[in-house]
Amino acid sequence: MVAIAESVTSLTEGEYKYGFVSNVESDIAACGLSEDTVRFISAKKDEPEWLLAWRLKALRAWTTMKEPSWARVDYSPIDYQDVYYYAAPKSGDRPKSLDEIDPELLRTYEKLGIPLKEQEVLAGVAVDAVFDSVSVATTFKDKLAELGVIFCSFSEAVREHPELVRRYLGSVVPYTDNFFATLNSAVFSDGSFVYVPKGLRCPMELSTYFRINAENTGQFERTLIIADEGSYVSYLEGCTAPMRDENQLHAAVVELITHDDAQIKYSTVQNWYPGDKNGKGGIYNFVTKRGICRGRNSKISWTQVETGSAITWKYPSCILKGDYSVGEFYSVAVTNNYQQADTGTKMIHIGKHTRSTIVSKGISAGHAQNTYRGLVRMTPSAEGARNHTQCDALLLGDRCGAHTVPYIEVKNNTARVEHEATTSKISDDQLFYCRQRGLSAEDSVNLIVNGFCKQVLQNLPMEFAVEAQKLVGISLEGSVG
Amino acid sequence: MLKIRNLHVAVDGKEILRGITLDVNAGEVHAIMGPNGSGKSTLAYLLAGREGYAATEGEILYDGRDLLALEPEERAREGVFLGFQYPVEIPGVGSMNFLKSAVNAVRKHRGQPELDAMDFLKLARQTMKLLEIDEALLSRPLNVGFSGGEKKRNEVFQMAMLEPRLAILDETDSGLDVDALKVVAKGINALRGETRAIVLITHYQRLLNYVVPDQVHVLADGRFVKSGGKELALEIEDQGYAALGLRDNSAAA
Repeated sequence: MVAIAESVTSLTEGEYKYGFVSNVESDIAACGLSEDTVRFISAKKDEPEWLLAWRLKALRAWTTMKEPSWARVDYSPIDYQDVYYYAAPKSGDRPKSLDEIDPELLRTYEKLGIPLKEQEVLAGVAVDAVFDSVSVATTFKDKLAELGVIFCSFSEAVREHPELVRRYLGSVVPYTDNFFATLNSAVFSDGSFVYVPKGLRCPMELSTYFRINAENTGQFERTLIIADEGSYVSYLEGCTAPMRDENQLHAAVVELITHDDAQIKYSTVQNWYPGDKNGKGGIYNFVTKRGICRGRNSKISWTQVETGSAITWKYPSCILKGDYSVGEFYSVAVTNNYQQADTGTKMIHIGKHTRSTIVSKGISAGHAQNTYRGLVRMTPSAEGARNHTQCDALLLGDRCGAHTVPYIEVKNNTARVEHEATTSKISDDQLFYCRQRGLSAEDSVNLIVNGFCKQVLQNLPMEFAVEAQKLVGISLEGSVG
Repeated sequence: MLKIRNLHVAVDGKEILRGITLDVNAGEVHAIMGPNGSGKSTLAYLLAGREGYAATEGEILYDGRDLLALEPEERAREGVFLGFQYPVEIPGVGSMNFLKSAVNAVRKHRGQPELDAMDFLKLARQTMKLLEIDEALLSRPLNVGFSGGEKKRNEVFQMAMLEPRLAILDETDSGLDVDALKVVAKGINALRGETRAIVLITHYQRLLNYVVPDQVHVLADGRFVKSGGKELALEIEDQGYAALGLRDNSAAA
């Protein structure tokens, strides 16, 4: 095992490519959290009274809540009064066109590989770019609008489509849901909004690119996606942040709603700054994502590739309410150095003949801890429901940990639940075989790890699958040699 | 090409090879035979650079260079190929993809341009035809669920694609039926040439009916006890290792 141990040590010395800071002037709310902060944010956005009232209710609820401690993650207490809850690039205040955007912002996204000029973007992908607390640009908005697709920043949706926002906001993740979601409900600043009209198969991938830039600032975005009857949309989010020694908080909420025969495919490539190799700095990624298959025969599919963040606390879930609805969760979580991930899903089967599939691949290297935590619940009404869960963990080296915590509750005896789990190490045999064919130790580990993740990566939209594959490799850089 | 001098090898502190000397020249085919447990696979692993196999004495020169100083991948890129007795399964990694990466790693080292997918596939198809390999096999994950014969054939296919200068084939004939054996032999014979050398490690002589060796060496208890021409292999088949006064440790191995 010496070869692997050595290999694993050197994979970690890879550099985080997105750690730069952009020099953009920001508009910042006073530090700390109070009714004033919430009012400040709401006023900044010219929000209607009902939304402010909703935020304040959330804030009041939050003050009575306790931070959850059941996850297998370890961090020093967060002082919520020492966080900035709102930071917006000054020039980014609702620019009308790309020409009005601060060129420094455009350069930032270019550096990240996300050009915002429409002629340069990936064909077939529309992008909403969120910088700290606000959306700075959305591409292809007009083109999509012609088809009836609404794709815009959350703030814009509140202004332009208040009836939709009011109807669906908090309908999947109520403002009282959990400590972090409730905090988000009080102070969320921006995010993306998508509505796909009846019967339309959205011809473009929609994506949001989240970037944290300002110091000591939390990012609290909210995404709301509604797929009306018989529609389909594929949505992708990507995330990066500068390298800083302080931990930064990211507490997002995502809500998905599918009506009859509708389908949402939601993919995440999360590459927040993971901290340095001694575990200093990095993002705390405390995120609540949930979708509801309201309609019959509807489907929600989550695919996530989690390589960044110092701590990941995230359980993209499906409430399968409509009969014959389908929930899927495909996950790759890579932790290296001192990263910690506690991630998984909940599949709540309510409708008849609902089906869910969970495929989770956890990879740990360095001193990292990687936990799969999942719940499969078959409620009494879930006649003939089925679940299949597969949890595989791969360990690189002997100082990291992999944990699997599955909860299964079955209240209907026609339901069927299957759970498979494996834990393995990259074997000396595999590594030697690859090297004997001329591949370097690092390339060999990469190849084996990507093979391990393939079942999940192949669910990503093609444009991103290759990127994600590289990202998995980069994240493990330095753990082999 | 390959000079082994007084080689002693210990695994987990136990001496397995006890003073081996061997010269293999370009253009030659050598067969190393011996009862199970005699140290044949240990020699193969040592030549390929497997972790945990250390020479305690002696040296190995490959084209005049100290082979043991090279990393496994360096040896591979310099043209040393090991056909594994038990090729390992690597889930999720396509056989074709794997081989393309390997071929290009070797080509890059040789200063040749890397092959793109089209050129690679073209070359692969020709070779597959020669080895009567079903193309479908190569779209499957590497060795996963392959039958014993398929695994061995895939090893020979990889060898043909990588064009090594020194090929060491560890029991590539074991577990094959006659038809598969002929195909494998065809692949090996196709590789024979003036610039290449082949070392066949085998328990039985039947492969040697199809790939006729220049020299045969019998390994027992970590030493070569007898060397000769191809007729030595026949002699062993006729009379068994026991006639040479050797114990076959099959049951123990």
